[in-house]
Amino acid sequence: MKYIDEFRDGAIARQLGERIHAEAHPDRVYRFMEFCGGHTHALSRYGVTELLPPQVQMIHGPGCPVCVLPIGRIDLAIRLALERGAIVCTYGDTMRVPASDGLSLIKAKARGGDIRMVYSAADALKTAQAHPDREVVFFAIGFETTTPPTALVVQQAERLGVKNFSVLCCHVLTPAAVTHILAAPDAEQHGKVELDGFIGPAHVSIVIGSDPYVPFAEGWHKPVVIAGFEPLDVMQAILMLVRQVNEGRAEVENEFTRAVTPKGNVAAQKVMDEVFEVRDSFEWRGLGVVPHSALKLRERYAAFDAERRFDLHYQPVPDHKACECGAILRGVKRPTDCKLFGNVCTPDNPVGSCMVSSEGACAAHYSYGRFRDIPIVPAAPQARAA
Amino acid sequence: MCLALPAQVVEKRDGDEAIVNLGGVRKAVSLALVPEAEIGDYVIVHVGHAIGLLDRDEAEKTLALFAELDAAQAAEAALTTGGAAT
Repeated sequence: MKYIDEFRDGAIARQLGERIHAEAHPDRVYRFMEFCGGHTHALSRYGVTELLPPQVQMIHGPGCPVCVLPIGRIDLAIRLALERGAIVCTYGDTMRVPASDGLSLIKAKARGGDIRMVYSAADALKTAQAHPDREVVFFAIGFETTTPPTALVVQQAERLGVKNFSVLCCHVLTPAAVTHILAAPDAEQHGKVELDGFIGPAHVSIVIGSDPYVPFAEGWHKPVVIAGFEPLDVMQAILMLVRQVNEGRAEVENEFTRAVTPKGNVAAQKVMDEVFEVRDSFEWRGLGVVPHSALKLRERYAAFDAERRFDLHYQPVPDHKACECGAILRGVKRPTDCKLFGNVCTPDNPVGSCMVSSEGACAAHYSYGRFRDIPIVPAAPQARAA
Repeated sequence: MCLALPAQVVEKRDGDEAIVNLGGVRKAVSLALVPEAEIGDYVIVHVGHAIGLLDRDEAEKTLALFAELDAAQAAEAALTTGGAAT
């Protein structure tokens, strides 16, 4: 397929791997965080990790919107369906995230909640138009990539005079999360991860542009290379990061110039700004409460804000005690450090959020990487038959 | 969640709607966020919306960068194996 297969060429991937081996100094460690779950998935799925020298370590970041959605938010959506009789529409990968009382949206649906999977925010609005006698709530999650479509649909609902539609807004902001990781305000509690640079988000950056990462390069002296989600994109970005570290540079570089510009998609930013404003604080799964890190509907669109319409009050809910998703999202621990990984917690029966989405660090490692953990030993020579 | 793919705009319809083609799959998407997209352009499609345009020249440049790497490594290999063959 055009502009996909070209960026998956195995021979070039091997060459990029050799170049990274040649340029990475053997006597130092390079720790790079891939912020996006899309990169985590690409690294695991295409075996990119195998092509990297041992001193180049990739650390998973919190950039999977499903993984960072806290239990209390899913509980709100479940209650809207089960207790308030609303039709709750949401994206498919939100359906299986574990919530309180052993529930998830899909289990709540099995209990009779009218919960529907939609491909687009626009489909949620169509559901509202098809059921004028019911309250329809769009449970909106995601980073800056999914936010503009939600904003468009709110404006459209107003224009069309749809009265039974509202949005439970859980949209979060990328730069705030990166700042939180760099500042590590609770490092004493969770440990701090040392980082030498970031692979910047692909699709989020199409919307926000590359400029918002400049403070991380200039203020924190961390190189950032924005990369596409294909394996060659990720490998080229790693090579560019290794070069920056070797040369003592900390700049924002853009490997994904075919889709990302410095200023981003201005039309998308405008519609987001019209509909949303920044929340004072928002709880992230794994990161805790992060100031100025999420969005809510502006006063002007209060009629479409499910939190106001249903007078919802957020209650934080702790994660499963043995689940290490929090530490994994911070890059402090790896999936295999979790006692639940691969036994109690699997993609079929996820305990923690990192196992739910294919972009979660645990699901990616379970699906593509877990056999790497088993050391290869030569087969014992077979006893010759006498 | 962030699954988004480049697809080619093949038809523009009323309002912001367009039909895109991705490897033979045709789908209606919204062009409200990239109103400048024209038929024949590649757009990045996410949750039913085109969120950005794909710049073909820049895509070719990135691919050329990989090709340069190929050439550089071939030249390096020729040097290390020495000029004995010449």
